[in-house]
Amino acid sequence: MCLAIPMKIKKISRPTATAEAGGLDQEVRVDLIEDLSPGDYVIVHAGFAIQKMTQKEALENLKLLEEIKDAL
Amino acid sequence: MPCDSAFKNPKDAQLVLEKIAQLSGRTGPVRLMEVCGTHTMSIARTGLKSLLPAQITLLSGPGCPVCVTPAGAMDAVFALAKDPHILLASYGDLLRIPGTQRKTSLLSQKAKGARVESVYSPMDALRLAKAHPELEVVFLGVGFETTAPGTAACILQAASEKLSNFSVLCLLKRTEPALRSLIEAKDFGVSGFLCPGHVAAVTGSDAFSFLPKDYGLPAVVAGFDAADLLYSVAELMRMLADGRPGLKNEYVRVVRPEGNPAALSLTDRVFSPCDAFWRGLGCVSKGGFAIREEFALWDSARKFGFSFSEGAEPPGCCCAQVIRGVVPPTDCPLFGKACTPQDPIGPCMVSSEGACAAAYRYRQIPL
Repeated sequence: MCLAIPMKIKKISRPTATAEAGGLDQEVRVDLIEDLSPGDYVIVHAGFAIQKMTQKEALENLKLLEEIKDAL
Repeated sequence: MPCDSAFKNPKDAQLVLEKIAQLSGRTGPVRLMEVCGTHTMSIARTGLKSLLPAQITLLSGPGCPVCVTPAGAMDAVFALAKDPHILLASYGDLLRIPGTQRKTSLLSQKAKGARVESVYSPMDALRLAKAHPELEVVFLGVGFETTAPGTAACILQAASEKLSNFSVLCLLKRTEPALRSLIEAKDFGVSGFLCPGHVAAVTGSDAFSFLPKDYGLPAVVAGFDAADLLYSVAELMRMLADGRPGLKNEYVRVVRPEGNPAALSLTDRVFSPCDAFWRGLGCVSKGGFAIREEFALWDSARKFGFSFSEGAEPPGCCCAQVIRGVVPPTDCPLFGKACTPQDPIGPCMVSSEGACAAAYRYRQIPL
């Protein structure tokens, strides 16, 4: 039950938004995310978006993995 | 999801595994623990255990919210379910958890006529209350810091709409006090922690700094894909080999040092820390969340006088030791024999994220 999945925001109508994952749309609550636009990715847990993800952060994360590897 | 495949198919996996093997030569046998049901399943699914050197043991700790809900609490919930005016709603896994008696669960209560519904979100339970004004809807709120903000938002909405037939039975738990209790126990034998990425998404990675600071234990906040897990184990091994325990956030695409302040303030608005029973750990000081007095009308415990004792484990069941990482699932005498996912005895076999269910589903075949 502590499963959380990444979903893409399609349309925002606070406090909810339509989000998509694997071709399926779902209504999620976005109360917990202050700055949000369509096209953003969020982590959704029990119907609530708990955090936002961006392309920039994903790339930073990949860079971090390189750093971890290089330090080994 | 941005760069999804890069996280699912780790680059240089072979090289990192070789480095891990070299580091394990320097550390000697180590035991690394994750405390998140999704980690349990990701580790099993990616086959990580079979790729690591024999020196490294990966353990599942108290990270499955359903598994740490004590049997005594379930007995008290079953008693509540007997009231024909009450509709109980909760996450699917919780409906299958046995109490102290064999073959008791909310689903078996439902078969006997109790009103029990499975929901995905607390908001679904709220909708049930609106659709059934003639019934009292009780939402069984389990989970950790990840789940608390959504549950808080749900209670706030019920309060703002003055919904009188809805309440939450709060069994939410707090991670840090439970980890402290686990570490301070006499039989603790873990060398480092993979910290739960989605708890940290809310609490922030800084919430785990007590592990190196207070206990000298290395900790890595980890994501859930193959690359996340592999590189997080590598980072833990490097810290162990260097004898320099620290806190590292590997899951930077989701976890910020300060977490999600909006989520934390919502949790704090509705809940306050309270002592709580954890299966396997007993009563943990400040180990749970209680609904604040201000929202007493939406607190099932106050509304229905709900209280419970810890409750005895089913005979032979090792879940309490499995949850603490002291006994591996396969060492339980019931594992795979009397206790299977089809006919589970303990909660670790019931929940799809439980350590026993993962060990059963992805059994390692010695090559």
